[in-house]
Amino acid sequence: MSVELISANHAAALGATLAGRANRTARGFCSGVYPITPTTECMEYLCGQEIEKGKVVRVDSEHSAMGVCIGASSAGARSFTATSSNGLAYMLENCVAAASYRLPIVMAVSNRTLGPPWNIWADHGDSLLLRDLGWLQFYCADNQEVFDTVLCAFKLAEDPRVLMPAISCMDGFILSHTMAQVEIPGQKLVDRFLPTTKVPHRLNKSAHTLGQLEIPQQAVAHRTQHHQAMLAAVQVYAEIQDSFEEIFGRRVADPVVAYHADDADTLIVSMGTIGTTAERVVDQLREQGQRVGSIRVRMFRPMPENDLRKYFAGTKRIAVLDRNISLGYGGVLWGEIRGFSDPDAIVQGYMVGVAGGDVRREHIINLLTDLQQCKTESAPKIVEVA
Amino acid sequence: MNEPALHGMAQTKKDRSAPVLRPGNTNCGGCGMSNLLQMLSRAAEDSDIKIVIPACCAAITTGVFPESSISVPTILTTFAAGASVATGVASVAQLNNEETRVICLAGDGGTYDIGMGTLSAAAERNEDILYICYDNEIYGNTGGQRSSATPTGASTTTTLGGKSEVKKDIMGIMAAHHIPYAASISLAHADDTLRKLRFALNVKGFRFLHVLAPCPTGWKSEPAVSIELVRLAVRSGLFPIFEVFDGDHYTINIEPDFSSEALLMYLSLQRRFRKSGVTEEAIRPNIERYWHQLRAMSGRIMPAIRNIKAD
Ligand SMILES: Cc1ncc(C[n+]2csc(CCOP(=O)(O)OP(=O)(O)O)c2C)c(N)n1
Ligand code: SF4
Ligand SMILES: [Mg+2]
Repeated sequence: MSVELISANHAAALGATLAGRANRTARGFCSGVYPITPTTECMEYLCGQEIEKGKVVRVDSEHSAMGVCIGASSAGARSFTATSSNGLAYMLENCVAAASYRLPIVMAVSNRTLGPPWNIWADHGDSLLLRDLGWLQFYCADNQEVFDTVLCAFKLAEDPRVLMPAISCMDGFILSHTMAQVEIPGQKLVDRFLPTTKVPHRLNKSAHTLGQLEIPQQAVAHRTQHHQAMLAAVQVYAEIQDSFEEIFGRRVADPVVAYHADDADTLIVSMGTIGTTAERVVDQLREQGQRVGSIRVRMFRPMPENDLRKYFAGTKRIAVLDRNISLGYGGVLWGEIRGFSDPDAIVQGYMVGVAGGDVRREHIINLLTDLQQCKTESAPKIVEVA
Repeated sequence: MNEPALHGMAQTKKDRSAPVLRPGNTNCGGCGMSNLLQMLSRAAEDSDIKIVIPACCAAITTGVFPESSISVPTILTTFAAGASVATGVASVAQLNNEETRVICLAGDGGTYDIGMGTLSAAAERNEDILYICYDNEIYGNTGGQRSSATPTGASTTTTLGGKSEVKKDIMGIMAAHHIPYAASISLAHADDTLRKLRFALNVKGFRFLHVLAPCPTGWKSEPAVSIELVRLAVRSGLFPIFEVFDGDHYTINIEPDFSSEALLMYLSLQRRFRKSGVTEEAIRPNIERYWHQLRAMSGRIMPAIRNIKAD
């Protein structure tokens, strides 16, 4: 175990490198990569690593990057890529395919606003494009979490009960380019944590065809299996947390990270780094005697519904902070979780920090003041932050 | 082996023990892609092959899950991803020191058009892939729209009066990548075809094969004359048969007679050329221009030996 001062981009790449090496005794590691701000340093770092039985293919586009990952994973190798924003949009067609083939590919996403107009700053709209495709999704709040989540994502994605691709997201620049101390386990420990990759349906000796035509009944059967495997991933993740703790001596973060939530009458719900700011707001307001808590949704797919229901029970006011807009509807997180609260609770949606706005404590405090004054829930509000 | 037999029905001891294309598949009668796969069965024998097929007719050929008409481990990919997925499969085979030959089987749409960038990049990286383009000169899967491989004068569902542009020079493009091997293949010349398939299967690095693949459905031709159409295309000089080593060493394999008879027969046996009424005079300059260049590239002033005997 060593402690290194690295950016979250590098933490993700280091996680992938260690995971890649851990598969050297099996079918190896192969990855297709393509640069885009703010994820570029992740793929550059990966290109600089020596990985035994590993190959990083510098391709011509994100579409091809995911294409290489699909080919590699369908041949039984461990596979990883990283992208952002328009790169993810360009890759999308192959992301659909990767999920339907049920290939355990892991991707790091440094969240960035989709363009044009070009904007390089954080917004979750890019990774949310994958929301309904059958990818596991995690949103991280610090560099250590990014590293840990990449390792756990491989273990979760490759678990035979789950077997599907996963993304680990970090807010562009806010995390991707921030240096922080990260505990890095040695290769031996990672080898213990991550068993070698087994893709049971890989292209091997038998003459089966992947990705064939299906009739509707078959497609429904496959979707049902995929959906159920996704739901089962919540429990599998809990097992992975235990194994992580046993091997690395510390616990990887929960699907839902609660902060002073148990006795709170008001909750701030968010994803990614806004959650850390929300926790500092909770500290500040608690000092003034207010019963405020924070809920950070770290696992977004599968949606940890039971955990959220547990935390929401008895809470009368909930502010949902979305760093995204589903145009014509509101924030995506708000739309998904408002049904989990008590029927008489006010669940107010705020879209804040959209397209890279810097969300600071005072902004969140203002939103809470707004929430306290609400008599009833109103349409989700877009909040500009200066 | 004169005419390749369809659907594995004429299986011989020389062939792969299970034909690549199984009997009972749903390809149209007279489909050039079927012939190609039969030839591949013989050329590949029982070597370890894996096939990558982007969206195209060949993806439909495999049939409905869970049965498959292709007897080889196969992955069907998105339309533009043939060469990138094949890169992943081939890379992992290489990492594991396997003798697997990864074959990407793609239509002209997936090669000349939507997959061009992916293909070019894989060729530039010299990935260990055998890329075979079966060129039926249309988007067959979606009902026969124009592609950049559609020849001048051919009607498609999107060029009703006949296409006015000239077919893209895919061999020139691939040769310009200086890949180890690029060759055009005539389904009417089995010996030359088998030699090239065998050679291409065994060379390391990126190999490209261009196959004129008759499509009775789209060409509005009789299934029974498919092979004859290829012969006419070769004879007339419309479809030059040559190979390029490392992008600079050109060999012309079959010398056409450039006869009007062959060209007119080729055009008249397909209803796709009827609407435009495209004439020999309109097509001839393109043939001549191409052959002029080809002769220059192959370093031959004199016509090549006729029907060179392979192997
Ligand atoms: C991104 C995308 N666009 C369009 C299609 C629809 N599509 C499927 S196959 C095809 C044409 C294939 O043409 P070609 O590659 O020449 O193969 P053929 O069908 O002629 O064998 C098209 C347009 C698709 N599958 N994916
Ligand atoms: S449409 Fe043409 S290419 Fe497609 S299967 Fe039929 S004959 Fe073959
Ligand atoms: Mg075609």
